[in-house]
Amino acid sequence: MANIDNVLPPLTERSTILRWLRKNLFGSWLDSLLTVVGLLIVYWAVKGFLTWAFTVAEWRVISANLRLLMIGQYPIEQVGRLWLWLAFLAFLAGNSFGIWARRSWLAVGVLALPAVLALVFPFEGSARNWLLALTVIGAAGWLGGWTKPEVLKRSVIVGWVIALPVIILLTHGFSESTTGFWTVARTNLWGGLLLTFLLTVVAILFSFPLGVLLALGRRSELPVVRWFSVLYIELVRGVPLITILFMAQLMLPLFLPQGMTIDRVLRAMVGITLFSAAYLAENVRGGLQAIPKGQYEAAQALGLSGAQTMIFIILPQALRLVIPILVGQFIAVFKDTALVAIVGLLDLVGIAKTVLAQPEFLGLQREVYVFVSLVYWVLSYGMSYLSQRLEERLGVGKR
Amino acid sequence: MTHEAETIISVQDVHKWYGDFHALRGINMEVKRREVIVIFGPSGSGKSTFIRTINRLEEHQRGKIIVDGIELSHDVRNIEQIRMETGMVFQQFNLFPHLTVLQNITLAPIQVRKWTKQKAEEIAMQLLERVGIPEQAHKYPGQLSGGQQQRVAIARSLAMQPKIMLFDEPTSALDPEMIKEVLDVMIELAKSGMTMLVVTHEMGFARAVADRMFFFDQGQIVESGTPDEIFKSPKEERTKLFLSQILSH
Ligand SMILES: Nc1ncnc2c1ncn2[C@@H]1O[C@H](COP(=O)(O)OP(=O)(O)OP(=O)(O)O)[C@@H](O)[C@H]1O
Ligand SMILES: [Mg+2]
Repeated sequence: MANIDNVLPPLTERSTILRWLRKNLFGSWLDSLLTVVGLLIVYWAVKGFLTWAFTVAEWRVISANLRLLMIGQYPIEQVGRLWLWLAFLAFLAGNSFGIWARRSWLAVGVLALPAVLALVFPFEGSARNWLLALTVIGAAGWLGGWTKPEVLKRSVIVGWVIALPVIILLTHGFSESTTGFWTVARTNLWGGLLLTFLLTVVAILFSFPLGVLLALGRRSELPVVRWFSVLYIELVRGVPLITILFMAQLMLPLFLPQGMTIDRVLRAMVGITLFSAAYLAENVRGGLQAIPKGQYEAAQALGLSGAQTMIFIILPQALRLVIPILVGQFIAVFKDTALVAIVGLLDLVGIAKTVLAQPEFLGLQREVYVFVSLVYWVLSYGMSYLSQRLEERLGVGKR
Repeated sequence: MTHEAETIISVQDVHKWYGDFHALRGINMEVKRREVIVIFGPSGSGKSTFIRTINRLEEHQRGKIIVDGIELSHDVRNIEQIRMETGMVFQQFNLFPHLTVLQNITLAPIQVRKWTKQKAEEIAMQLLERVGIPEQAHKYPGQLSGGQQQRVAIARSLAMQPKIMLFDEPTSALDPEMIKEVLDVMIELAKSGMTMLVVTHEMGFARAVADRMFFFDQGQIVESGTPDEIFKSPKEERTKLFLSQILSH
């Protein structure tokens, strides 16, 4: 009998799939039943959704309000400034891919994305042209990075460092005159995905260092620093973000001197940053705890100071360990920014509500919220995917 | 030759407690420049604790430790000064896993001694030649064998150009076939005139290069002498018993 086994052809992919199906889905009567029921439910749900999406849904609510959903009431005259910083980012991204991730499909995908969006979605003429331009600019940056990596490395890093100030400055503008390209665009006009993006980026970039400091503070030998950190972390983690946002919007003015006001968007940014920092601190602390004592001792024995030990030895290892958790936290921040809609800011969710309040689009909640969810999902998944690739890269040569 | 007789480490009546536990009970030791000292004794006798008080990885609570004329006290500058002048090699190597071999070696010279990267790398490469693994410079510690890692750790300490090297059981985490390659490096170092304090049970090493040996038990120095004295005519019963145990293996 054994001979027969030997002469059988090797397993083909097809038969392994069949085997897998059989083993995992139809292993027993109960399994088979569950599989069939599961398939029926999925079929029913997907069919229902697709039927709705292609026959009932009125997608014109999206196309008619696309601009509102993307940038809110941001003045038309100054929209070019947003495209400018997008072009700056596209160029930097292209450069970075050219230097650090030469032959990756990921680079092609990211750089081609604006062009794909331009072709798939009903953007108005100038937006479409700008999107196409982003891909061209990104490709140019990529070519530059590819041909002159050594020369460009430094300037690319500087570029990323100044990216946030550049974005904020361009979005905000600086000319006090009432008209013109550089006229200030008040933050109450910032809205839609633009506001969601800015809230997220600011919160992530500021809460990260703050979280690291709090994590270090919690392990500090100075009792005052330690107790302050513990108090802060536990206090903030004990309340929901929405209450912090309400406090920032409603309570803060009570403590400020008469006549002094702080921008509402800025208050939301501060609230989210302070909130997220407490969670990041705990995540970073987890990483710090995983570093063996011998690492500190070796660094000390070499004469490195406490700060040098942290910067060069401990933090690089600790942060690398917690990248997946940190990215999860960043994605949570991104999604949590939606809560600012409740305190009256017009982020993607807030704008969606105003879109639905227009008489001609009454009753189109489904279309609008499906679209909004899709935007959140695509961006969240993008972040998570990028982080996985980053981990793979950083994993090289690790222990 | 007066230079050679100069005292570089002076330990006077040093005590150390871990809570209620009296780990070091009045240690006295004078080490001269270029001397090679071997410290041995049963597990838990305080060898590690003692050697780690010399670069202040452990704090002592009574007595005096003077290294190259600087007294160890709470003054942070003194501690920094002494750590720059003493290198330490650990049982578990404690290399930095996220840095390449070359970066492991050059980090402290660049950050602490403020050397240029170029100078630090030149000296690092010379040291890697000296410990016999120049071809591993661009690998990560995780890609090396235990013996190679320990040799990198020695090179890393030497890069700071210390006057004193402390070794805490440098070969006891190694597979037997790798012990020799590390001991050879240490013997070469001893012969080059480095002042060394070595906690080890490698008696071959002690015979070859030690000037004096110290037997520790229960936080005290029970006996000290030249290798000849210790191996041929130990005075204390405890020393005899311990030697017979480790030499029978
Ligand atoms: N951090 C600590 N807290 C409490 N007790 C400690 C600590 N470190 C060491 N000890 C105790 O001090 C004593 C001396 O320890 P030490 O590590 O110096 O011994 P050793 O001679 O190096 O032993 P070994 O050969 O096992 O390394 C031991 O009894 C140990 O349990
Ligand atoms: Mg020990």
